[in-house]
Amino acid sequence: MNRRFGTIVLGTAFRFLVPFIMVYGMYVLMHGEYSPGGGFQAGALFGIAVVLDRLVQGEEAMLSISGTKAVILAGIGTFIYGFIGVLTVLLNGNFLEYGVFPLDMIEGERHALGILGIEIGVTICVMATIIAIFDALTRREEW
Amino acid sequence: MTRFISFFGLGLMTLMLFITTSGLPVLFDPESPAALHVSPRYIEKSHEETGSPNFVTAVLADYRGYDTLGETTVIFTAGLATVLLLRAARKDSDRIPGGKEE
Repeated sequence: MNRRFGTIVLGTAFRFLVPFIMVYGMYVLMHGEYSPGGGFQAGALFGIAVVLDRLVQGEEAMLSISGTKAVILAGIGTFIYGFIGVLTVLLNGNFLEYGVFPLDMIEGERHALGILGIEIGVTICVMATIIAIFDALTRREEW
Repeated sequence: MTRFISFFGLGLMTLMLFITTSGLPVLFDPESPAALHVSPRYIEKSHEETGSPNFVTAVLADYRGYDTLGETTVIFTAGLATVLLLRAARKDSDRIPGGKEE
């Protein structure tokens, strides 16, 4: 969406909405260990925040991430997940066995940290995929 | 002929699916194998084995970590394929009207 879509009402409403969406996404990501939520949901929230920004503000969007960058970012997110698995193998554990991280914590906390790591990877992947698809769809009006 | 074979194959497959459906355990049956062995293990042991207070997270990220890795890869691949297809469509339509190439 390259033209600015928002009127003054939309612009103001969106300024109030987007920070809360992003804070809520962060909460869903960090609290996914204890409550419903997790990487996929948090990624959808972050993706929606960026898409809203692009819809309302057009080319002058603050959170503008181009389609090519978004695809690279999605790859990085998937890589983080796989890399944590490979890291646990290099530390003489099984693939994705989070207990082997050499940290001064109890077993459960190491597991929680590992789970948070892969959830961050999932979040980045889902967010970037949503942005990439949105970008590819809306760029079509440049034909 | 090819069409006949594919229709025949599809019909056979549908028939087999319908037949095997009767062999599945009844929905919400507490005596089904999954409810007898898998669920109690997750409910009883997941906290001490994974340290996660949430079954869903324990199953998603710990017991079935491979599965979630696959899901993430599927999302990435699907997004990549969508972007590539849409970009290819755009390039094609650029070429047709003016014949000018950048």
